Amino acid sequence: MRIGVITFPGSLDDVDAARAVRLAGGEPVALWHADHDLKDVDAVVLPGGFSYGDYLRAGAIAARSPLMQDVVTAAHGGMPVLGICNGFQVLCEAGLLPGALTRNSHLHFRNRDQLLRVERADTAWTSDYADGQEILIPVKNGEGRYVAADAGLDRLEGEGRVVFRYVGGNPNGSSRDIAGVTSENGRVVGLMPHPEHAVEDLTGPSTDGLGFFTSVLKAVVAA
Amino acid sequence: MSIDTVENAARTPDDEQPWAELGLKPDEYARIRDILGRRPTTAELAMYSVMWSEHCSYKSSKVHLRRFGDLPKSDALLVGIGENAGVVDVGDGLAVTFKVESHNHPSYVEPYQGAATGVGGIVRDILTMGARPIAVMDSLRFGRADAPDTARVLPGVVAGVGGYGNCLGLPNVGGELLFDDCYAGNPLVNALCVGVMKHEDVHLAKAEGVGNKVILFGARTGGDGIGGVSVLASETFDAEGPAKRPAVQVGDPFTEKLLIEACLELFQQDLVTGIQDLGGAGLSCATSELASAGTGGMHVDLDAVPLRDSTLTPAEILMSESQERMCAIVEPGKVAEFLAVCRKWDVLATVIGEVTDGDRLTVDWHGERIVDVPPRTVAHEGPVYERPMARPQDLDALQADDPARLPRPTTPAELQAHWLAVVSSPDGADKSWVTEQYDRYVRGNTVLAQPEDAGVVRLDEESNRGIALSLDGNARFARLDPYTGAKLNLAEAYRNVAATGAKPLAVTNCLNFGSPENPEVMWQFAEAVRGLADGCRELGLPVTGGNVSLYNQTGDVAINPTPVIGVLGVHDDVRTRVPAGWRTAGETVLLLGETKAELGGSAWASVVHGHLGGRPPAVDLAAERALADLLTALAGQGLVGSAHDLADGGLAQALTESALRYGVGARLALGDDPFTALFSESAGRVLVTTSDPGAVKTAAQWGGVPVTELGTTGGDALEVAGLTLPLAELRAAWSATLPALFGGPEHSTPLTVPAGTVPTS
Repeated sequence: MRIGVITFPGSLDDVDAARAVRLAGGEPVALWHADHDLKDVDAVVLPGGFSYGDYLRAGAIAARSPLMQDVVTAAHGGMPVLGICNGFQVLCEAGLLPGALTRNSHLHFRNRDQLLRVERADTAWTSDYADGQEILIPVKNGEGRYVAADAGLDRLEGEGRVVFRYVGGNPNGSSRDIAGVTSENGRVVGLMPHPEHAVEDLTGPSTDGLGFFTSVLKAVVAA
Repeated sequence: MSIDTVENAARTPDDEQPWAELGLKPDEYARIRDILGRRPTTAELAMYSVMWSEHCSYKSSKVHLRRFGDLPKSDALLVGIGENAGVVDVGDGLAVTFKVESHNHPSYVEPYQGAATGVGGIVRDILTMGARPIAVMDSLRFGRADAPDTARVLPGVVAGVGGYGNCLGLPNVGGELLFDDCYAGNPLVNALCVGVMKHEDVHLAKAEGVGNKVILFGARTGGDGIGGVSVLASETFDAEGPAKRPAVQVGDPFTEKLLIEACLELFQQDLVTGIQDLGGAGLSCATSELASAGTGGMHVDLDAVPLRDSTLTPAEILMSESQERMCAIVEPGKVAEFLAVCRKWDVLATVIGEVTDGDRLTVDWHGERIVDVPPRTVAHEGPVYERPMARPQDLDALQADDPARLPRPTTPAELQAHWLAVVSSPDGADKSWVTEQYDRYVRGNTVLAQPEDAGVVRLDEESNRGIALSLDGNARFARLDPYTGAKLNLAEAYRNVAATGAKPLAVTNCLNFGSPENPEVMWQFAEAVRGLADGCRELGLPVTGGNVSLYNQTGDVAINPTPVIGVLGVHDDVRTRVPAGWRTAGETVLLLGETKAELGGSAWASVVHGHLGGRPPAVDLAAERALADLLTALAGQGLVGSAHDLADGGLAQALTESALRYGVGARLALGDDPFTALFSESAGRVLVTTSDPGAVKTAAQWGGVPVTELGTTGGDALEVAGLTLPLAELRAAWSATLPALFGGPEHSTPLTVPAGTVPTS
């Protein structure tokens, strides 16, 4: 199962995402932002980092890179896409997910181990979790505060498109404690916390993040 | 604009030159004229002034630093002092390079950019050796935590260290944060970077091979940081305070990230003959050092240098400290491939010159010669001073002022009050407010990070080989006795690394002192260097390099001598690492090492009585060595569940940190002098917990390490010597301090992970 991991200039957690794919039993495939080439992958991960140094707006420039045009087309065709942190910002900027990520309410970069509640266990990236399950994975961002207009938030909630919510403290002031959202078809998921940093006992606060990557392998087989 | 050419300089020997404004002394200027046989051109004067600055030339410290070179040869040392950073063999064909550098003065003037570019500079030093940077650490000192200026400087410094390191994708795995009035006008920002490479990938800063091209790559050259090393870092701040803003550089971590990836690809494709980063003294430093370390000849065409500001003069271009620039020596046949790799990473690269026959460094501007110098005289044969030294006049009185006279707590309630005061003081308090602003997870190899005793990073996912690193610099001890203080700092860093189960291997340092023109400061410096060198000899460790920061004083007030010592250790298998926090109830708590009544320079004396006096604790490096050997063996056999070094704040501090990490208390007995047991800062002690106390005691006896059983972990309080300290109360005191001082708009209590939910392997 080939899972692509995109490297933009300034991507940082691409090695981590590739490792998580490998530990889950998939084959990580390195994708380069400037190529129009998805290399026949079955799913794509947009990793964390500071693509283009967060210049203009976080994710804004990366969302317009050549490869992202292919990702948007593939996503509309049903390919599973996961955006983590900066990847989530890129997906919002690319119009694949609603809402926007803005400066944390307390104005600091914040890195801590964070509890999340899984609100939707039926997306391409969350099927190995149970509805309502709490997972512990790192969060680390300076611009992770999820915002959208109230009407938009109401619609998201109504359509059940909030996938994760912060539990035990909101690390960045996100509206309604939203940590991650999904597309209408449940194939595209974006979240600020970092599941790829919770895949080994040795280096993570838990191995709770592995479920993202095992879930997508099943989603790809089922598709 | 007329250009001061070599020809013109020879013709006009009597022209007045602004050597004093550039930080040169009269005899130094005279020596430059002797070397050249004429007056220097404006551009040459600029080069000599920055390269002969204290910061670049080590002119006051060199005669003392030779002690490190005289240490016995170590088999582990692949590259020693003199290169951008030392390189150590860590086994399996892997080499590690690490170094600490100060960015004190810029961080006072412009906290965010000063600290950010401090990280950027040390990362480039590591990259220059051919290594992939894998982690950073920071050792910080500020004035009193409640001083108004600390509220200006600290948040900016922390955001700068975080902003740059986070954006580079380097985990911050540890460091220090301490406060003392002596740093009010001179905060210290010492940044460490560590990198890893294969033995065969080590690169050196040398310009060799006549006809090879000199390529400048990275950011364009601008007007920032001109004279940073000479005017800013090598002079004392005057009473008017910081007004030297133009001399501080501005960082762009995104460009540096691209520079890192481009460099690593260039190394991998073997496209680089020699390489040097542009840091302090910019192009002057890079060209003269590359030429001086090589065959000596180099020609540079300054018109080729890409500029941010077209109005810069040639002297300014040579002195600019614009960040994110590197200089490489490349064979002509490889230039096209070199430029292609840079294009891939959107890194600007320009051929600016070539290696020439002979032994002169020449620079042209608009077709005219403006520099013609022997590069060794610029880079390696600068002035060397044997500065006068004098034992500080107040030292006898200070040492005689024994803390034994200080009132001690007599009731359990007083003991508890003192305990809470120490652990909630800014030095003792929870540092999450700072460390949460640093990414500790990126790259996925961080095994231990702050608040652990040492940062532990995995180097290889197959073999699980890894390293441990600690930075320690107690300045109170060094003030009371710089020789012993430097040894104590070495011992603490060594012990911290060993507490995680690593085998200590090599030493680096960042020596922060006042003005070398003050004989008392010079004496402190010489004593600290002697102490560190003797300590390394006793522990059998090499010094791989280091950094000296002098002139850390405002007016007549120098900082306390602050030798920050870094120790690198190796883990054959990082899976056996030992954390500092207690995870499980029912383990036996043992204290390894011996506690004496040693309170001179202690946190207790400082926090409770505002007192600094007496003698620092005695240091016994043979005992430290026995303790480290024992800790490494215990970790290897999986015999201990936790290990935590005792240092500032003694046992009170260590118990607090170990208990609060996962919310596991303990019931402990401390004998008939609980005060000394809790607050003494005797060296050579580590707190361990174990489910097999018999085996640990036997191992300790065999290793000649004294061992005392204190009690058992469990419960939600520390029950010690007649006191009951509920963990909730302890946590409230310990974690409130920094948010209350620096909190900003919002600060929720950090999530506490309940005991037992964190898996152990």
